[in-house]
Amino acid sequence: MKMPQPSCPLTSKQVVDIYFMEHRAKLLDIAAFLDRLERAADQEGLQDVRVRALKKAIPLLLDSRCENHANRVRQMLELFSDHTTEPTPAAHTQSALGADPNTEY
Amino acid sequence: MAYIDPHIHMVSRTTDDYRRMAQAGCVAITEPAFWAGFDRSSPAGFYDYFRQLTDVEPKRAAHYGIAHYCWLCINPKEAEDPAFAREVMKLIPEFLDKPNVLGVGEIGLNKNSRNELIILEEQIELAKQHDRLILVHTPHLEDKLKGTRMTMDALINAGIDPGRVLIDHVEEHTVAEVLDRGFWAGMTLYPDSKCTPQRAVDIIECYGNERIWINSAGDWGPSDPLSVPKCHVEMRRRGHNQKLVEKISLKNPLTFLRQSGRFVLPEHS
Repeated sequence: MKMPQPSCPLTSKQVVDIYFMEHRAKLLDIAAFLDRLERAADQEGLQDVRVRALKKAIPLLLDSRCENHANRVRQMLELFSDHTTEPTPAAHTQSALGADPNTEY
Repeated sequence: MAYIDPHIHMVSRTTDDYRRMAQAGCVAITEPAFWAGFDRSSPAGFYDYFRQLTDVEPKRAAHYGIAHYCWLCINPKEAEDPAFAREVMKLIPEFLDKPNVLGVGEIGLNKNSRNELIILEEQIELAKQHDRLILVHTPHLEDKLKGTRMTMDALINAGIDPGRVLIDHVEEHTVAEVLDRGFWAGMTLYPDSKCTPQRAVDIIECYGNERIWINSAGDWGPSDPLSVPKCHVEMRRRGHNQKLVEKISLKNPLTFLRQSGRFVLPEHS
């Protein structure tokens, strides 16, 4: 699909003024989550596939390839996704993790 | 502003939610059949659920001037046992002719398994036989990309007109493919998963406003039955005009849902 021209009616200054504080807080939440993880009673969670996927996603925020095309969200969602194409043999669980357990992050 | 929430699970919500939605401008909702948070122990449990959707909820909604329509199916989370799923599917035709049933939904995949796919294909066939619209649930999180593609392939292989199918819960990595293949796309506004109101407006800005709608999918989990009007506020604060808001939340849902031959807005709206 051809991406349309940028269509947010706001100026970049308005985008910063409206959204900066909200996203500053979200960034601090991520930092606090990683700090909390390192202060946890054991180290097991540090190797959890979800944490490994998250750490691989964070650099995409500043990836110049994303910056040129404003598609960071899409790149992150694809990073978290199962990219196989065949049906799984059986559903052994009903829930999803948020990152593909069979991907090497 | 009058608006439609085309995907919400009111069986899981209180009467106060109906009141607050009406106060916010909601004039009509459509409620797909879904997973109750636990697996039902017998097909009879589904029979009562279908009665609730077709008879009880429309009366609750009517108290607040909201038109209530529904979609029926067995959801993908309870489709791993094909024999059980087929028993439930046998119950559906009895309800499909009711005037407030728009079609088959929300069908789809959950863990993208073989059995889920078999039951999905059989429910697509059911919709085809009865010439009904289809509402599709796409899987959660890491399973969404693969499941969305598998579902679209199954629909196309069955000869279904994509213009009569709404693929729900699209996000940035699935929306382009859904629209490119001619389907309608639904964005679900959730606090932690799927789309926030901000990201939904980003998607409209990037992919356009044709064949797309927003919904709350309010249910028993973290969700907000007022997320649709909150998304309208997000559009307005960015400077989008009222015509865009009405297009996304009134005109587009009307265009899709009227294909059922059954969906009518209340006269007061």
